[in-house]
Amino acid sequence: MGPTRFTAPARLAAKPAAVLGSVASTWRRLPLKAKVGVVILAVFIVLAIFGPALAPYNASAITSQATPTPPTIHHLFGTDNSGGDVLSEMLVGIRSTVEVGLFTGVIATFLSVLIGTAAGYLGGYADEGLSLFSNVVLVLPALPLLIVILAYEPHASTFATILALSAVGWPWGARVIRAQTLSLRNRDFVLAAREVGEPAWRIIVFELIPNQIGLIAASFVGTVLYAILTSVALAFLGLTNLSDWSLGVVLYWAQSGSAVELGAWWWYVFPGMAVAILGMSLVLINFGLDELSNPRLRSSATLLRVGRRSWRPTDPTPVVRDYASAVKP
Amino acid sequence: MAFIARRFGFYLAAVWAAVSINFMIPRLMPGNAIDAVLGKFQNLTPAVVKSLEAEFGFHPKGSIFSQYLQYWNDVIHFNLGVSTSQYPTHVSTIIGQTLPWTLALVGVATVLSFTIGTSLGIVAGWRRGGVLDRVMPALTLLQAMPYFFLALLLIYLFAIVLGWLPYGQGYELGLTPGLNLPFIGSAITHSILPAVTIIATSIGGWMLQMRNVMLTTISEDYILVAQAKGLSTRRVMFTYGARNAILPNIAGFALSLGFVVAGALVMEIVFSYPGIGLTLYNAVTSSDYPLTQGIFLVISLAVLTASLLADIAYALADPRARSRSAF
Repeated sequence: MGPTRFTAPARLAAKPAAVLGSVASTWRRLPLKAKVGVVILAVFIVLAIFGPALAPYNASAITSQATPTPPTIHHLFGTDNSGGDVLSEMLVGIRSTVEVGLFTGVIATFLSVLIGTAAGYLGGYADEGLSLFSNVVLVLPALPLLIVILAYEPHASTFATILALSAVGWPWGARVIRAQTLSLRNRDFVLAAREVGEPAWRIIVFELIPNQIGLIAASFVGTVLYAILTSVALAFLGLTNLSDWSLGVVLYWAQSGSAVELGAWWWYVFPGMAVAILGMSLVLINFGLDELSNPRLRSSATLLRVGRRSWRPTDPTPVVRDYASAVKP
Repeated sequence: MAFIARRFGFYLAAVWAAVSINFMIPRLMPGNAIDAVLGKFQNLTPAVVKSLEAEFGFHPKGSIFSQYLQYWNDVIHFNLGVSTSQYPTHVSTIIGQTLPWTLALVGVATVLSFTIGTSLGIVAGWRRGGVLDRVMPALTLLQAMPYFFLALLLIYLFAIVLGWLPYGQGYELGLTPGLNLPFIGSAITHSILPAVTIIATSIGGWMLQMRNVMLTTISEDYILVAQAKGLSTRRVMFTYGARNAILPNIAGFALSLGFVVAGALVMEIVFSYPGIGLTLYNAVTSSDYPLTQGIFLVISLAVLTASLLADIAYALADPRARSRSAF
């Protein structure tokens, strides 16, 4: 032990600063793609919190108007066929879409971690059984299953939708986490903990899970993306609660109001692009996390161009067939 | 062979799960769906209600276990009940009419998407930092876009503004389905936009995975040796690089089929394409429970069969797979 020993209160006091410091250093190491993704996602979360307050009109107000009007200075994203302001509907709706995505992400990732680490660590019949279970759920087509479940519960509440999405959304993450756990379980620190006599749950919670936090984060982001796209699709089909605005519900009304045939592009292009941009931010974050753990995937400007291929300085010496074209000024 | 046998066992377990879920869902869900359906048939005498119950398989008699056995017996004989929205057509008849449309469209589009995406991924990985590698982020936008949103955009652009291609239905109304030229031509032009939707939204995933594995593969020593031997670039790229890098893509094929099917279902609804997705949607919106469940069962079985085929292809392509664990 070193000469400086923190007393307990001092250590606690130093904690927030240390957490901030580690967040800052993680941020610095993130590839640009991931930073862009995080910023876009943050904008959406802010809109989810303050959106309903920012909406310029009452989203559910109905006027006598019968045709959608194109964007004007009063209605930046145009109106729908009952005079509703599309921008207001979206601002109110983003909250529900983001909520479904994040809550499903939390619940499904919790299940993934629980089942994945348990299967990987316990091994034997427990592993066989849990792996079989997760692979069976994985291979069954998720959307038709959700449609069948929601068919019996028409216009299900947001809570029911989150539960249904979580129930089919966990196996992908569980599979990845199980594989990682398998490779961790025979490392020295795990063997040491077992030798000391720590119970299995303690090893899983304090040794295995903290060591795959990056993987768990990637699995969480992937699950949120799945939940957002699937919930928007279900809402678009009219299977969720239509009286609550969400981005999918805006699209549902556009489709059922035959926006495409009327040429009312603003009615579905703006909410659709919002979903696409939100989805893209999650894809970008996951790319960034991938590149963080596998540097070979980076396509940075430090690549060396020799011949017609780009090389990383750490790659083996390139073999170039045509020297003439290889040497560029 | 042991690998394929174990995979076969796994898919049997999955089939058992699909059938059992289908059996359990209506019995677990709150509310009496049956009464809602019977409510549609007004002024029925109790005798007629009783015969309908028997025919639809509602209010079943006997213990849950004997119902379960009876259900399995029905599934094995493709006796999936009678549709309530298209009474008195059998569910299996309706599925038989609509399934070929989906199989043809989704099958062709998926194979095209896989082939094109994988080939582009090979080139993007080989020429890291090249033009193709730089347009990848644009493709990810497509990947993150809801299928149906792209479908709406394509309909607006190509069918309504430009008027180049038809949309809605599977063929021009008034033509007789069969092996005649006008019908086939019409069916093909009606399937272009739906196919483009499937390809555009799924191609990015194949390309990205292939590119990433390709990057890892081409830094292996045997690629360097192949180049040092003076083999042609094409030979090194395909026979040495892609031949090894494609394995995860084939393995991933089985797992991503569910996503492809999900996208195709929603796409069919947007295009009013007369496949199984639109039928499922109509069944759900008209509370036709026998048809809804029959379709879910058929979709599950189709996906499981395709996954098994993909696994067999993987076992043939990768000798190491045959000695690995079955899951």
